[in-house]
This record gives sequence, C-alpha cells and structure tokens, in this order.
Amino acid sequence: MSKNGTIALAFHTLFIVFILAPLVIVCLVAFTSKGYLSLPTDGFSLRWFRAILDNPDFIDAFWLSIYLGLASATIALAISIPASLALARHRFPGRGGLTAFFLSPLMVPHVVLGVSFLRFLTAVGWNGTFVGLVLCHVIIIMPYSLRLVLASVTGMDRSAEMAAVSLGASSWVTFRRITLPLILPGIAGGWVLAFITSFDELTMTIFVASPSTTTLPVRMFQHITETIDPLISSLSAVIIFITLIFMLLLDRFYGLDKILVGQGR
Amino acid sequence: MAEPTARRRLLPPYLLSSPALLLYFGFFMAPLGMTFLLSFNSFDFYQGIQPDFGFHNYLEVVTDEYFHEVFLRTFGISVAVTLLCAVLGTPEAYILHRMRNPWKSLFMLAILGPLLISVVVRTLGWALLIGDSGVINEALLGAGLIEEPIHLIFTTTGVIIALVHVLIPFMVLSVWASLQKLDPAVEQAGMSLGASQFTVLRRIVVPQVMPGVLSGCLIVFALTASAFATPAILGGRRLKVVATTAYDEYLNTLNWPLGASIAVLLLIANVIIIASYNKVIERKYAQAFK
Repeated sequence: MSKNGTIALAFHTLFIVFILAPLVIVCLVAFTSKGYLSLPTDGFSLRWFRAILDNPDFIDAFWLSIYLGLASATIALAISIPASLALARHRFPGRGGLTAFFLSPLMVPHVVLGVSFLRFLTAVGWNGTFVGLVLCHVIIIMPYSLRLVLASVTGMDRSAEMAAVSLGASSWVTFRRITLPLILPGIAGGWVLAFITSFDELTMTIFVASPSTTTLPVRMFQHITETIDPLISSLSAVIIFITLIFMLLLDRFYGLDKILVGQGR
Repeated sequence: MAEPTARRRLLPPYLLSSPALLLYFGFFMAPLGMTFLLSFNSFDFYQGIQPDFGFHNYLEVVTDEYFHEVFLRTFGISVAVTLLCAVLGTPEAYILHRMRNPWKSLFMLAILGPLLISVVVRTLGWALLIGDSGVINEALLGAGLIEEPIHLIFTTTGVIIALVHVLIPFMVLSVWASLQKLDPAVEQAGMSLGASQFTVLRRIVVPQVMPGVLSGCLIVFALTASAFATPAILGGRRLKVVATTAYDEYLNTLNWPLGASIAVLLLIANVIIIASYNKVIERKYAQAFK
C-alpha cells in the first residue's frame, strides 16, 4: 500500500481540525472564569461546572433522560431478542417484509414521528406521561438494537445449542444457558447504542415533551434558543465526556464502524 | 440430516415477534395513520381541528409562496450539503483507507465518534465558532485580517457549514465501507503497468467506490432534508426549513392539520429517497457477489 502524500496529509489534518474544532471549543469555553462566553485565557476555572449543580431543572432533565434511556433501551432489547430469533432462525412467509417493517422507523424523519406521536398521545390521553415518552423512544431505537442483535444471532455457531438439546436440555434452559451468553456481545452493543440514541434524541422528543417530561436535549435546546452562555458549554462538555466513555466502550467491544455502517437514520 | 429438534420445539416465529408487532402497530402505524388522516382535516382558529375531509392543506402548501420558499431553501441546503460532503468526505475516506494502524483506528474514532454526541452539542460548537463575536471572528479581528465580523450565524452558509460537519461522518463511513472491498492488487497492477497515481485513482479507485459515494449522498441528502436542530439553532427565527416549519405549525400556530400535511409530504419525499438508496445498495451487493 502506498503512503499518503503531503497534500493528502495536509487535507487530512484540516479535515480532522474541522471535525474536532466545534467540540474542542465547547470544552474550552466551559472552563472560562468570566461571566460571558470567552476562551479561558487567564487560567481554567470550574465555576460553570459548579453552576450546573445550581440549576435543578438541568439536573432533573439529566436524570429524566437517564431513566428514559435505561427504560427504553431495556424494553427495546427485550422485544428485539425474540424478534431476532424469529427472523434469523425461521423461514416463514412474510419474513423479509417483517424485517423491513421492524427497521422502517429509520425511514421516517424524526419530525414526522414527533408530530405523529403528539397526535397519538393526545388522542389516547398519554401526553406528558413518562410511559408514553418511553414507548415513543422504543420505536425510535428498535431498529438499532434489532440490527445488532439480529447480526449476532445470525452469526452464531449453533453446534453448542444442538449439543445441549441432544443432552436433554429444555428449550428454555438451552436459550438461557447457551444462546443468551453467545449473543451477549450483540445484546450489549445494541443496548449501549439504543441508550445513546435515546439519550441524544431531540427532534421527536421536542414535540411530545411536556414541562414535567423535559429531557436534557430538549431543555438544552430551549436554553440555546434563548441565550448561549458558558453554562450551556459546561453542560455540553459533561455530555461530550459521558458520550466519550460510551464511545470507547462500544469501540472496544464492537468497532464503531461496524455498528454505524448503513445507519441511514 | 434430520431437522434439529430445537427448531421444532421453538415457539412459532410469529409468537416470538408478536411483542414487537403489537408495539409497532399500536405505537408506530397508528400514529402515522392518524397523522395522515389529520392532514385532510381543516383548522379553525377559534374552534380548533374540524373533522372534515379535503385536500386544502396540501393545496395551501403547494400554492403558498411562503411554503415554496421553505421547500426550495430546504432542497437547496440539502443539495449543497450533499455535494460538500461528497467532495470532502470521499478523499478523506481514501486517505483513511491508506493509513496504517494505530492511526487508522484513531482517526476513524475521531470522525465517527461525533455521530454519537448530541446534535445540540455539536451545533452549539458551531454557534460558538461562527457567531458575530465567536472564536473565528475574534481571531480574525484580532489579527487585523478583517475590519468587521463575518456574518455567518443566522445565514444559510452557516447552517450549511454546520450540517456538513454533522453529516459528513456518514459519507466517510459509506465510502470507507466500499473501499474495504477494493482489492489492492488491482491498484498495484495498474501501477506496475506504468499508470500514474492520478490514473490509478481515476480509472481504478473512483469507479469502484462510486456506489459508496452514491449511497452516502442519499443518506446525507435524506438527513439534511429532515434536519431540525441545526437549522433551528443556527438559522434563527427567519431561516425556516421544512422541519422547523412543521414545528412552528404544531407548537406555535397550533394548526395541526397543516403541519400534518407538511409532515406527510416530507415523509413521502424521504421514502422516495431511501427507496432509491436501497436500489443502489442492492446493485452494489449484486456486483459484489457475482
């Protein structure tokens, strides 16, 4: 393989600067000691990180987003596992159609999902409830979790399962002791990706979020459209840091490129 | 070989997928269907949604100049963002492809990682960079290169720059995936037969990654056309796109039927784009398995 030339490397450097600059700026501004937006030219200060703690609505929104992510990712996985087993192991009429149907929320813009869920939740009287919000998020993250679980079920070696069955294990024991541990990496990857997707979701949630179910991205969006201050920077820096941890986990277990390829959101 | 008994003992596939099916019909098909029906109703400022049936909302969207402007602007931004992503993302994917580890995986992480970070945060970064008293303007003013700040925030250019940043990882990923299938021996053969670097690139590499570029373009186009957060934050109150207009109709004007018709049109456009994307993918796989 030939090496990249000077021009290629210069282009690459500019490209990486372009990709990272906005994120680096957010993190730098978060450390300012001034009361307004500025780079921390005279020493780093943590005052804006402390300021997050004085804003209970951000803290509440943060925990709501965490609970929402935990609940919706777990439900999505619980539904994805049996569905993946059905799709990967059985040949039945409508299988291809069913797979496409389960992945189809990817084709619907989140704005369209937002207006539809608002209409639906209002009609059934679930608007502003946590349960309603969770189920809306499950629809959005199902394709991501299903795809990863499906991939690991499809790629699984079935000889251990057959051995267990031939030794007299019941199908439940076979599933719990053999199948589940073998597809665990797919389940874990799917769960983390589902959690992050739910945690980041803004466009759909902004339609259905009520004052009592304001998620962190929605709260931040509302704040930014009114004013941009160092407080929102420090909050964003915290989010970047949390995402970074998840990102490294996903990359370690699975490879980011494999998880994200073909993600036609 | 006899059919494994495990298969016969497994619950039938429809039973296994029934939780997902129930959820999808209750929480996905029903809301979409209700929105579709809603788009034919009309709206009265005093009495709210009227249960009549007609195409007047669609007629309004198609005839009103305000909506023309919004749809045209969205289309223009989408074309610009798609072209920029293709022009910048394709060479970057090729450069990445030629790198060695650990650099390759490190830079891959740097480019793909931002996809997992909230769009609100990434857009905030651009607001801090390109604002009238943002980092770029302060630096240029400080260096004496410009007299007045360059006005980028609340302009189409600013929205385009930020959207390219938000969506270019998809392009890099798509091209990179098709580069993985490239056989380096073909490139080497071209070189050994005396082709220049440029000729190898033009005659061997580019034709083979075209499907990747094309599918990347379709993803980026579809996502730009329905983008909400970035145009809402960097476009301000005047620079409306389709998604932010639907939001206004729903939460400010409260004209849900009109908002629903905008949403239905956006969905139809998106389905057409994704369907053609799948066509490209199918063709790509057909080539790979020949």
